[in-house]
Amino acid sequence: MRDLRRDYNERAVLRGVTFELDPGRTLVVIGPNGAGKSTLLRILATLLRPSGGEVEVLGAELPARAWAARGRIGYLGHEPLLYRELTVRENLEFNARLHGVDDAERRMSELLDRAGLARRATEPVRNLSAGMLQRAAICRTLLHGPELLLLDEPRTHLDLGATAVVDELLGPAEGRARVIVTHDLEGGLADADSALALRAAGDVAYVGAASVLSPGDARAILEGRL
Amino acid sequence: MSFRAPRILPVLAVVFLTVGFGLVFFWTPNDADQGFIQKIFYLHVPIATCALIGFIVAAVQAILHLRSGDPKWDVRAYVSIHISVIFGVAALVTGAIWAKASWGAWWVWDEPTLVSFLIVFLLYCTYYPLRYAIEDRERQARYASVFAVMAGAFVPLNFIAVRLAETLIHPRVFATSEGGLPPKMLFTFLVCFAGMALLWQTLCSFELAAKSSRAKLSRLRRALEGDDVAVAGSRIAPVPTEARG
Amino acid sequence: MSPFRAILAKDLRTELRTLESVPAMALFSATTFVLFRFGLDRDSLEGSLAAGVLLATVLFAAILAINRVFVTEREQGGFDAIRLAPVDATSLYLAKVCVLMLYLAAFELIAVPVFAIFFLDTAGGLPALAGVLLLADLGLAAIGALVSSIAVNSRARDLIAPLLLLPLLVPVMIGAAGAAEPLLLADGPSYEGFGKWIAVLALYDVVFCLVGYAVYDFLLED
Repeated sequence: MRDLRRDYNERAVLRGVTFELDPGRTLVVIGPNGAGKSTLLRILATLLRPSGGEVEVLGAELPARAWAARGRIGYLGHEPLLYRELTVRENLEFNARLHGVDDAERRMSELLDRAGLARRATEPVRNLSAGMLQRAAICRTLLHGPELLLLDEPRTHLDLGATAVVDELLGPAEGRARVIVTHDLEGGLADADSALALRAAGDVAYVGAASVLSPGDARAILEGRL
Repeated sequence: MSFRAPRILPVLAVVFLTVGFGLVFFWTPNDADQGFIQKIFYLHVPIATCALIGFIVAAVQAILHLRSGDPKWDVRAYVSIHISVIFGVAALVTGAIWAKASWGAWWVWDEPTLVSFLIVFLLYCTYYPLRYAIEDRERQARYASVFAVMAGAFVPLNFIAVRLAETLIHPRVFATSEGGLPPKMLFTFLVCFAGMALLWQTLCSFELAAKSSRAKLSRLRRALEGDDVAVAGSRIAPVPTEARG
Repeated sequence: MSPFRAILAKDLRTELRTLESVPAMALFSATTFVLFRFGLDRDSLEGSLAAGVLLATVLFAAILAINRVFVTEREQGGFDAIRLAPVDATSLYLAKVCVLMLYLAAFELIAVPVFAIFFLDTAGGLPALAGVLLLADLGLAAIGALVSSIAVNSRARDLIAPLLLLPLLVPVMIGAAGAAEPLLLADGPSYEGFGKWIAVLALYDVVFCLVGYAVYDFLLED
């Protein structure tokens, strides 16, 4: 993986957002509701085109060379991106074929095992509880061994036990960069190498090392005081 | 991007149309079969042809929009379709008058050109609800261009299909002036056609200039009064923007 | 071609499981035929009236399927999942054209025999009619996949699709009706003008498959 650089600015939702992230590092994105955190992730995932500025993901400029980054990104948004009528396994098979995953069978079994979904894998997705659904979505995100993980509040709907499982699945790994949107300030900041705090207007309140930003300051940003 | 109001174009359009209609009334002979009423031909056919060519022009502009991603082509395609739809209304009205006068009915279903034109017209009328149904401006522009390309390909195919359909059932009863116009008629027709094409282009240019200055005005207002000022204008007409970068 | 096959297989599997499209189309056509039977008050139909009844029913049944063909992609994140993968947008378009073709063909396997039982005295024209319908299906599918993709991303999905489809499909209907009319004559099929109509349908299919192939990329971006 090459060095990862993203500058981005847009007038309306996000403006003047500039940051860089090296391979293997983690960036946590915090900000109040409507600050454009999810928009930022969707842009990085090549799902939304930037309206201005320069964005480079995995060495590919967006939107011009988005195809070069596709298939190397694992995106976990608010929607699980799974078909409700298909089983968990069929959904994973579908995504594996889209991504051209080589040893799909082994990889799927391993992920389902680790996510604790092996027994539910043959059930249609519509029967799953919200927490199970989130785990299935995480399996989909990781299936093709992405070099960049984009996680939008990965712990939603998860109980304590599941959180541990998920943290292990989505945790730091060799050569895998992560961008995490979270509302859990303490946990999020402790996890991350760098932090990006957005204001409600979509501009940057803080960008830099996560260790410098105290949870208190972060809270102040969220509440619009800083 | 900004569009300026044309100066010479309107003058040319007026000159050509005046000369054209002067020729129609004082120089060109009456048609042997249809008499005086046939003279509406010099109004009706140029209008209809310009409308159809305008749709094709819009398709080309839409292709340029999709290829370049430059919103100015979307504005151009929108204006072309808009003016052509207005020309389409005029063509249908003049066509109906002609039909009433020469065939005794306001509308004749077995005249293939009329029917094809009506279908094309109806298709382009859906351009407005389509734009209206998509809120995101950028996506609206892109989808509108895809529509304009599809519809542009549709225009000739539709004429082929309808013409075939009609000749199978009814041999062409109304042998109009086809099969060689007399030279005087042809010359007059060409002058009228050129005038109408110039009028089409003039109207497009004025519409573009109006859009462009309206957009400039609202930008200035926003600069003066802050971001909160509501932007005037319709939700479906594309807004010309300044070139970025 | 693997993404193409994956999407196609996924759609067919979902359809087999939910039985959402084809049975609804078949039911719709049966009801429509009953309506025509009562409305026209005739024991049998032939020629242009028969072709009109059959093709109008096919057209409106097709709109049912076209309206639905992208709904799962939109509502269950299929568009996003596909765009996250290194997949050409045209694979999606071609897969959906095939899905619609298969739905329409399956539907016609049910609807045409019902139509023949209800209205026709002779079945001699049916083999050639099948060919005409297949060509018409390709046109319906090529246009349908494009329009459906536009409509599903707009606010008034159920309104926009038929509004755009009906005028765009006029040439398909004219071509198919023109070819079907002599096939459905009471005293056996005639092939007068058949080649000309087939040529119109084929030309339409080719042009709109190419247009769809060329512009589909732009419908998938966001």
